Amino acid sequence: MEEEKTLDALRDACPGAILEAGLSLGDAVAVIRPEDLPAVAAFLRDGPPRMAMLLDLTCVDRPDESGRFEMVYHFLSLETYARVRIKARLPAVNPEIASLTGLWKNADWLEREVFDLFGICFADHPNLSRLLLYDGFEGHPLRKDYPLRRRQPRIPPRQDGPGS
Amino acid sequence: MSGNFITTSFNAMLGWGRKYSLFHYPFVTACCGMEYMSAACSHFDIDRFGAGWTRFSPRQSDLLLVVGTISQKLAPVLKTVYDQMTEPKWVIAFGACAASGGIYDNYAVVQGIDRIIPVDIYIPGCPPRPEMVLDALLKLQDKIQHLEPDWRWKKKKP
Ligand code: SF4
Repeated sequence: MEEEKTLDALRDACPGAILEAGLSLGDAVAVIRPEDLPAVAAFLRDGPPRMAMLLDLTCVDRPDESGRFEMVYHFLSLETYARVRIKARLPAVNPEIASLTGLWKNADWLEREVFDLFGICFADHPNLSRLLLYDGFEGHPLRKDYPLRRRQPRIPPRQDGPGS
Repeated sequence: MSGNFITTSFNAMLGWGRKYSLFHYPFVTACCGMEYMSAACSHFDIDRFGAGWTRFSPRQSDLLLVVGTISQKLAPVLKTVYDQMTEPKWVIAFGACAASGGIYDNYAVVQGIDRIIPVDIYIPGCPPRPEMVLDALLKLQDKIQHLEPDWRWKKKKP
């Protein structure tokens, strides 16, 4: 199977990097060690799988698990239209992972979004600043421990209007 | 007695003139804009009620139509647009999002634009039917017609 071949090639190219691997909805999925992300991504792009596109890059917050933040990367090959999903689990304190901006330019804004909403740091990112929220916003609202009703308005509410 | 009679007629005429010459500024940010388009264009045609003239400058408009979700990031912009409009001015909160935050009870969305600016008419619905928009327009015209005679001087007080 094509997906199995991709995973085997990845195992050969980056020994020890893959912690778990399998198939999900017909796509290859691999959980890797965070420190191996640059090597794995470079192999996927330039090696035989030839994943030319970084489709998406996002994060999942699982507060009850030891690797609290799970980074998820989706890659697509423009030759075979195969997809690969790479995951890496980061600790709750100081979550940091390498930036993919050197390999895919579109990683720039995707990583800024994840930094903005989850507070993940991307080492060697050229401009790691908030993308969607405004300056002065405190905290990272897509983390599960951000209070549901916490508001940070930019202008004070109207004096003669309903309270905020 | 005769003085009173003349003042009342003048205000009735003023109200009549104002309510049929609303220039509106569409502050459109989200999906309600689709419903605004159908209300404003030929199918439902708010021009029949004298509100057909869209002005894309707040300084030339007297009706602010806030159509769609207003995020906290956008709130200062909406406030600036409102402040730039000259008196007399009216505001319609078009749709659930503008009126109350709608389905977005979260960190990003203002829970009703009346937290920032005064609102005259609220239109519920996600999005509202064009008939509701027309109904709101008629209610606003009724409000404009029946403004107190001295409301302008009252507003000038600090
Ligand atoms: S009220 Fe509904 S249709 Fe209107 S902007 Fe909000 S979500 Fe969209």
